[in-house]
Amino acid sequence: MTAAARVTARGWGWRHGDRPRPAVSGLDLDVEPGERVLLLGASGAGKSTLLAGLAGVLGDAEDGDRTGELLVDGRRPEDARGRVGLVLQDPDGQTVLARVGDEVAFGCENLGLPREEIWRRVAEALEAVGLDVPLDHPTSELSGGQKQRLAIASVLAMRPGLVLLDEPTANLDPDGVAEVREAVARLVADRGATLVVVEHRVETWVDLVDRVVVLEPGGGVRADGAPDAVLGSRAAELAAEGIWVPGRHPVVPRGSRRADAPELLVADALAVGRRRFGERQPRTAAADIDLTVRAGRTTAILGPNGAGKSTLGLTLAGLLTPVGGGLTALPALAGRLSPAPIRWRSRELAARIGTIFQDPEHQFLRGTVRDELEVGPRALKRPESEVAAVRDRLAQRLRLTTLLEANPFTLSGGEKRRLSVATALATAPAVLVADEPSFGQDALTWAELLRLLDELVAEGTALVTVTHDLALVDALADDRLLLAGAAAKEVVP
Amino acid sequence: MSLVVPEIRRSWIATVNPLAKLVVSLLVAVTLVLSIDVVSAGIVVAVMVVLLPFAGLSARQLAVRTSPIVVSAVLACIATALYGVDEGATLLALGPVTVTVGSVGLAVAILLRVLAVGVPAVVLFATTDPTDLADSLAQLAKLPARFVLGALAALRLVGLLLEDWEALGLARRARGVADRGRVRRFLVQAGTLLVFAVRRGGKLATAMEARGFGGDAPRSWARRSVLRPRDVAVMVVGALVVAAAVTTAVVVGSWRPVL
Repeated sequence: MTAAARVTARGWGWRHGDRPRPAVSGLDLDVEPGERVLLLGASGAGKSTLLAGLAGVLGDAEDGDRTGELLVDGRRPEDARGRVGLVLQDPDGQTVLARVGDEVAFGCENLGLPREEIWRRVAEALEAVGLDVPLDHPTSELSGGQKQRLAIASVLAMRPGLVLLDEPTANLDPDGVAEVREAVARLVADRGATLVVVEHRVETWVDLVDRVVVLEPGGGVRADGAPDAVLGSRAAELAAEGIWVPGRHPVVPRGSRRADAPELLVADALAVGRRRFGERQPRTAAADIDLTVRAGRTTAILGPNGAGKSTLGLTLAGLLTPVGGGLTALPALAGRLSPAPIRWRSRELAARIGTIFQDPEHQFLRGTVRDELEVGPRALKRPESEVAAVRDRLAQRLRLTTLLEANPFTLSGGEKRRLSVATALATAPAVLVADEPSFGQDALTWAELLRLLDELVAEGTALVTVTHDLALVDALADDRLLLAGAAAKEVVP
Repeated sequence: MSLVVPEIRRSWIATVNPLAKLVVSLLVAVTLVLSIDVVSAGIVVAVMVVLLPFAGLSARQLAVRTSPIVVSAVLACIATALYGVDEGATLLALGPVTVTVGSVGLAVAILLRVLAVGVPAVVLFATTDPTDLADSLAQLAKLPARFVLGALAALRLVGLLLEDWEALGLARRARGVADRGRVRRFLVQAGTLLVFAVRRGGKLATAMEARGFGGDAPRSWARRSVLRPRDVAVMVVGALVVAAAVTTAVVVGSWRPVL
């Protein structure tokens, strides 16, 4: 192993070219070789910018303005390629090549290492993160947790002195989080590399780090010290900024539920699947599903990765054709329409079943938040006065009023999520299907989202949510459906 | 992603270096574009038909993948027969449209030409792993690594973009705007996909840069791409077939240079 790296920041700052204010300014920080640091801060405090700066990928003067000095082992990060390894949040976005072995080899090739050395390191790195698949295994067929471990292995094979992890587990299910955490624990065990990790879920990393640094939004360091000291003295403050501090997770009280909830949607021995591009037959993702969706109740669809949860959600939402069995919309929901939601016209569907997609960006259709909120009511040919009323009420309820002229794609993660919920509610559907609505959210947005969903259910909306988030299930779920591979079991509450 | 990143079946031709296959394809394409005649293209197509069973593709795969080529060849053939330069005896006259011996000859030459150029290219891509092609282009043809690996990484994005496309379509239905304006909706959705492509591309570029890609230091290659005797043999046989086709066409007097 090469020696661990030292990080030095002196009055460092960076302003992205298209932003008026700097993301980071006046930062003074020293990280000793071999130290393990958890970097915290509210949304927008510049955590990711600092990591990108340390990795040397912020770009040049065209991309933004730099002030002060940021050094890795006394050199500019741009000149220390290979000394610094960066793992990003999105497991899909950072895989370069089609085969596992080639992916890990990619960084070593860029360092110009000899071929025998590369393959020795590939084997070592895959072993270190516990990724036991053949070298020619397709990278596209790995789970989220496996992809993140592959990303870590790829960085590891370059033998960096500094490893940077930018919310590496935000998009993972609990098993994936555990896999990644374990891989990182092994990698820093011998202190051969300095570690800086950014994550709002503190408990994932707190036992692994020896220092917590809290960035002040707008510039500088607010708190810095041993985890117990910082989390002890600053716990309330950090929790108020949306950081998931152990023992201070938000609590959402459950609202009232109707006893005589009418049935809206019934799945009877339903089989779901989707047709992949270029294939004629859909692949069955889950079968034998019995489920009743009732007004004023929450159904949580649970199960491991690949059990067909999202596919079931999209099928219940009237977006995918059932592969087998029956899915019946009862008259309380369908009215005079066909009992098969997939047969409904788009307009008819939107008035009855709303969908919140896992990636909010997939839902956005217009250039401003205002237009985005008006799309649904306009599609249903509501009168102009009602369109405006729905828009203003939802903007108010989801705290989007000041953002009405903003482009949806430029919003923060939490704002995007709130807007995607608002757009689904704009047509006042009786059934709401939400696919991982709480993924990657900070504690503030999480609590706000849960309160809203709970209110909707109390008002009589039927909520179906596909989720890995057990806190959400505890807070909201009335009925649980556990998908385990091909067979499904309804768990009676 | 069966269409985008084809499953490569184990076969003799799949083990031939991609560069050798590319050279043969280009040789055929460039040579046959120089002339429009039945003989040169006919010979290449005849040899191709004899060799196709050894391409390692099942009959169905071959039919599916070559169907666009066959369809466009037939369309080009019909169009040429109807509207091509008339010469010799008239076979059919329908108002302004006349089919003559000359235009039919031209039409057949076009048909054979499209097949002779298109089918080898399809076989090349159906039997070649994109990573292997990139390796041979960079190591043997000495194309810049930045260009070759950039293109290879972009290919990986295609799978993600297909998923984006599906989700975008479903989201439009869910939001009540998918009933009318099919063409306009397609165009707008394509525009949105472009936004996703640019953003995903930017992220991937950052990830590649963070792993030392694009630096000034010389790059090494984990996989060695070499030309073995069989690869040279493939190129030689390809060149011989093309040479024989051209020579025969010139000797029988049918070679008609277009330049």
